[in-house]
Amino acid sequence: MMNDAFDLRLAEAHIEVHKFRSGAIVVSTFFALVLQAFVPVYFPKFAVLDLPLLVVVYFGLSRRNPSTGLLLGMVIGLLQDSLSGPTVPLGLYGIAKTIIGYLASSIGARLDTEHPAARFALTMMFFVLHQGVITLTRRLLLAEPEPWFTLRLVIAAAVNAVVAVVLFTLLDRLRKS
Amino acid sequence: MAGVPSRHKSLVLLAGVIILQVVLLAVQIKRDSQGRLLRVWTVGAVSPFQRAGAKGIGNIRDTWSHYFALQNTTRDNEQLRRENDALKLQVNQLQSKAAESDRLAALLNFRQAQRNVPMLAARVIGTGADTGSQTVDLDRGERDGVRRNMGVITPDGVVGKVIESYRDTAQVQLLTDKYSGVGGMLAESRIQSPVGGTGEPLLSMKYIPTDETVNVGEHVVTSGMDRIFPRDLPVGIVTEIKTGRPFQQVRVRPAANLQRLEEVIVLLTLHPLEKKETQAPAADATGKSVGGTAAVNP
Repeated sequence: MMNDAFDLRLAEAHIEVHKFRSGAIVVSTFFALVLQAFVPVYFPKFAVLDLPLLVVVYFGLSRRNPSTGLLLGMVIGLLQDSLSGPTVPLGLYGIAKTIIGYLASSIGARLDTEHPAARFALTMMFFVLHQGVITLTRRLLLAEPEPWFTLRLVIAAAVNAVVAVVLFTLLDRLRKS
Repeated sequence: MAGVPSRHKSLVLLAGVIILQVVLLAVQIKRDSQGRLLRVWTVGAVSPFQRAGAKGIGNIRDTWSHYFALQNTTRDNEQLRRENDALKLQVNQLQSKAAESDRLAALLNFRQAQRNVPMLAARVIGTGADTGSQTVDLDRGERDGVRRNMGVITPDGVVGKVIESYRDTAQVQLLTDKYSGVGGMLAESRIQSPVGGTGEPLLSMKYIPTDETVNVGEHVVTSGMDRIFPRDLPVGIVTEIKTGRPFQQVRVRPAANLQRLEEVIVLLTLHPLEKKETQAPAADATGKSVGGTAAVNP
């Protein structure tokens, strides 16, 4: 076990774990949820974005702690569920974001995810995976017919990835120097 | 977790958290419970910001239209005058048709009846937080008499129904939601069929037999059979027809602009509204409409 830990430290020696200013995660989460539930009234196309997911991915990649990543994903997902009305049962987005939070933190602990190209690719991948988990949950647990793959999904993933590159740069400013 | 290697602890935690949420989902399905407590807290925390944002945007728009956009006023006036003339013409045509048509006469009766229907204007302050959401949040809730299953309309047509009501806000399921539906009928032939959402901008009229004639451009109105909406409210216009067996696939564009809703009207009654001619005298005996007003009694 000690060897395992030692090997892990060697492998990840160059990966920096980022700390954030106090309240940064809470405030970012809150803003993401409020914007997600408000802006589409005036700009319907905004609904293609999943800001809470981007927040989960960003803090997962930056904090690089799978346990906190998955818990953050769960909390944000459940809050998103609860804001989405009774057509979305509690746990639908919760499960998907828990998994994304865990994976983002795990990948963040092994790869350098600071480069915009890496952030673009990872966000796109996480978005597709997130929708895949939601579709799986809807099909298996809720018995709701949901298509696996649509053109809209690909477009939405690309749009979210572009927004993520910009948003992540802004969120970088909340890091403690 | 003492015996679990530290790097596996997060995996165990992941499994535990997911199982917990699967159980939560199962409980909601089994008991038809919607986790109302958490929803009340979350909506209560977020809705003041939505409300403030909606008010702020309204103020900005007012300021813009009153002070900065005055240079367009003359052009707008001219355009409005032209529209007004066109509308007058349209109204005249409608009035002459109404005199000849029983259906339009009934519709006019109903519109007259609507004067006594308790209604409430509400502002749209938000949408569901899920991607591609087909729900909107209103700035009126239980305190204003809004209850689940009340119909929501605009002057253009049907919007949807209230699916959850909180103290100061309510959530409305739009007609375009794929689990949404309204009792509809073709305005001319009076053929009835449910009209349902597809998750896309167009609605689907599901059960029109193949041997019935349907025309593109035909109006679809409410049938009143869903016991939520009164008869003869505009639902939409037929835009596409595909033959099929045993039913045609009829696509309908919603009459109300569901993509850009800012103000709506909530029908403050949980009882089906009927046309004047078909109103049962016992309606008042059974009906206690919200707000203390009789549902429809012209």
